[in-house]
Amino acid sequence: MDQFAVKVFVRLRPSVLDPAGEATKSASIKLGAEGIKSLRIGKMIEVKIEGNGENEVREKIDLLCDRLFANTVIEDYEYSLEKL
Amino acid sequence: MDNFTVGVVVFPGSNCDRDVSWALEGCLDIRTKYLWHESSDLSDVDAIVLPGGFSYGDYLRCGAIARFSPLINALDDFVKSGRRVLGICNGFQILTESGFLPGALTTNKNLNFICDDVELDIVSSKGGWFNDGVEKQTIKLPIAHGEGRYHCDSDTLKKLVDNELISLRYKNNPNGSSFDIAGITNEKGNVLGLMPHPERACDETIGGTDGLFTLKSLILK
Repeated sequence: MDQFAVKVFVRLRPSVLDPAGEATKSASIKLGAEGIKSLRIGKMIEVKIEGNGENEVREKIDLLCDRLFANTVIEDYEYSLEKL
Repeated sequence: MDNFTVGVVVFPGSNCDRDVSWALEGCLDIRTKYLWHESSDLSDVDAIVLPGGFSYGDYLRCGAIARFSPLINALDDFVKSGRRVLGICNGFQILTESGFLPGALTTNKNLNFICDDVELDIVSSKGGWFNDGVEKQTIKLPIAHGEGRYHCDSDTLKKLVDNELISLRYKNNPNGSSFDIAGITNEKGNVLGLMPHPERACDETIGGTDGLFTLKSLILK
């Protein structure tokens, strides 16, 4: 069995308003940071997972992302995978 | 209807289960039974309420974890049998997360947790949830949520409008919901999800009775 470290990024779809991102953008500007054009907040999920090769692990992660980690009505996901 | 029993689902983190049960039993004389989320035997209830609260701490997303409970897995057959399911607030979020209703509920536009009475237009009486026989077009119900902004894509919205699946719209949209949507039904009409709390408007002493009809309609066939 191979072990992989997976980092999943879940983001609100571009068409969905991100009020928390807007509030953080506003605070960033108050802090004095200049030039911020856009700020959106997502989630990062770290998973350590075993499987027979990368393809099998990708299948499992795809299922997890599609059915649990992200709500694809409002969110997109992508992930990176590193063999340990 | 003497033996008609409404199952009130209890998840870890539900906090409106007792309110729903009190409103049904105390105000409407309808028998209730608490259903623990790990139960999948729905054979002795005739309708189900998914109450408000913070199921599983609202971890990941509101309603996302509840979707995987044995009870929600058993709900598919229950809904297909035509029996009625009412999802209130967190219950509505669970119904969208588990695919019984389209769209999603996410953070309020102004980031505030809003606890207020709101005026609602009855748009459709599909399923008979709001048709009280006196053609009341506007009702007032309490809301209490931080993640009640209804969102769906334009194709879904068109389908909701064309099939008269939008039950309630906010008069003064408090949370940024698409098309002012506060409540929708499935196509059959036997599943209703709404953000406002009808169980908190069942007695004049607590500010109104506009929620009574919706709870009472759980007994409709």
